[in-house]
Amino acid sequence: MSHDPWIWIAVFFTFCIFSFLYKDNPFYRFAEHLLIGVALGYQLPIFWKNVVGPKVILPLQNHEYWLIIPLCLGFLWLARLIPKYAWLSRWPMAFSLGTGAGIAIPLSLQASVFRQMQGTMLTKAMLSPSITPVIHIIGNIVMFVGVITTLIYFYFSVKHVGAVGKVARVGIWYIMLAFGATFGYTVMARVSLLIGRFQFLLHDWLGVID
Amino acid sequence: MRRTGPLKLCLIGGIVMIIQFFIPHKFSKNFFDGIVSWLIVSAIPALVIGYYSISHLHLNKIKRKKEGFGYSIVTLSSIVIMAFIGFMWGIEENSLFMKIYQHIQMTMQATMFSLLGFYMASAAFRSFKARTPEATLLLVVALVVMFGRVPIGESVFVKLRLPNLIEWILMYPNMAAQRGIGLGVGLGMMATSLKIMLGIERGWLGGTGK
Repeated sequence: MSHDPWIWIAVFFTFCIFSFLYKDNPFYRFAEHLLIGVALGYQLPIFWKNVVGPKVILPLQNHEYWLIIPLCLGFLWLARLIPKYAWLSRWPMAFSLGTGAGIAIPLSLQASVFRQMQGTMLTKAMLSPSITPVIHIIGNIVMFVGVITTLIYFYFSVKHVGAVGKVARVGIWYIMLAFGATFGYTVMARVSLLIGRFQFLLHDWLGVID
Repeated sequence: MRRTGPLKLCLIGGIVMIIQFFIPHKFSKNFFDGIVSWLIVSAIPALVIGYYSISHLHLNKIKRKKEGFGYSIVTLSSIVIMAFIGFMWGIEENSLFMKIYQHIQMTMQATMFSLLGFYMASAAFRSFKARTPEATLLLVVALVVMFGRVPIGESVFVKLRLPNLIEWILMYPNMAAQRGIGLGVGLGMMATSLKIMLGIERGWLGGTGK
């Protein structure tokens, strides 16, 4: 059994959280509120060291006084706390949203649209048995059909009847398959975390397993 | 001025950033880096709003001695103590700050997420009924992915000569649906960004004065 007090503290909080499996109780609520507090308290020094220091203090020390402009703009956020002047907070929000939208439009066009279309397109080499293994050729065709049918399923400007309805139905099958895979993955990720907690209890704390 | 000024800034900011994307020049790259830096700096004071908000909520609970106000004391004091430790004794590896982070915050976060494994499993047990062929497909794929990720499942798949089945499902039909969804998300992001830039979407202006 461990003699490290930090391990004992971690064990205590692990059991506090697990106690919720029985029912909501003061131990769980204490741990839950402590977690929120510690996480928020953790952010402040980290943010100060990684953002405020290198992005504000250091440049100002190097006489880069132009930084005062975004800083002043940022301080307008605080106007939100004074109802009479709350409208001033629209200026930093407009700056963030406008430039953010301007950055997002070409980037999503490039990353989410063009690259995805490029990855889906079939080339001669992708369908040639002398270059690509048969299993991957089938996969490439399955992929192409899947992307088209999924997109048609999400195209609500036409009624899903007749040929469109049949294609959209194939799209549903693909979507359900993807949801199943995502669900399976998510459960396995949680289960691996659970195994990690049990390993901690049995190895780090009790020392009964190697 | 209170509404049109921010709307104009939003539009101009967006247009400038879109134009910048299509100019392959060093000046354009430096301009982009400068704007990103401005975005970060201008967002720093917004953090104050977040901390004010949570402090205000919990202080009110304590002042009015609402039910469970003791937990609010835990949250507020842990924010202050954690930040104080970080600023006073540093945030380096093996510091008190990092020990608290590792043995309290990380422990509780991992346990909390592992707890979700139980609830997902119980919710799936109650709701996963193979009523339709689509639901059956979701169920089967989820089970195959979960089963294939554990040693016993892997050995069964090897015996059935289907060791790459899961990889194939994830790589092709699953990826096809994810791509279709991703394309929709990308187009949706572009449409929303355009709506914000053009002032069609004005929810962000809020009700803070006229």
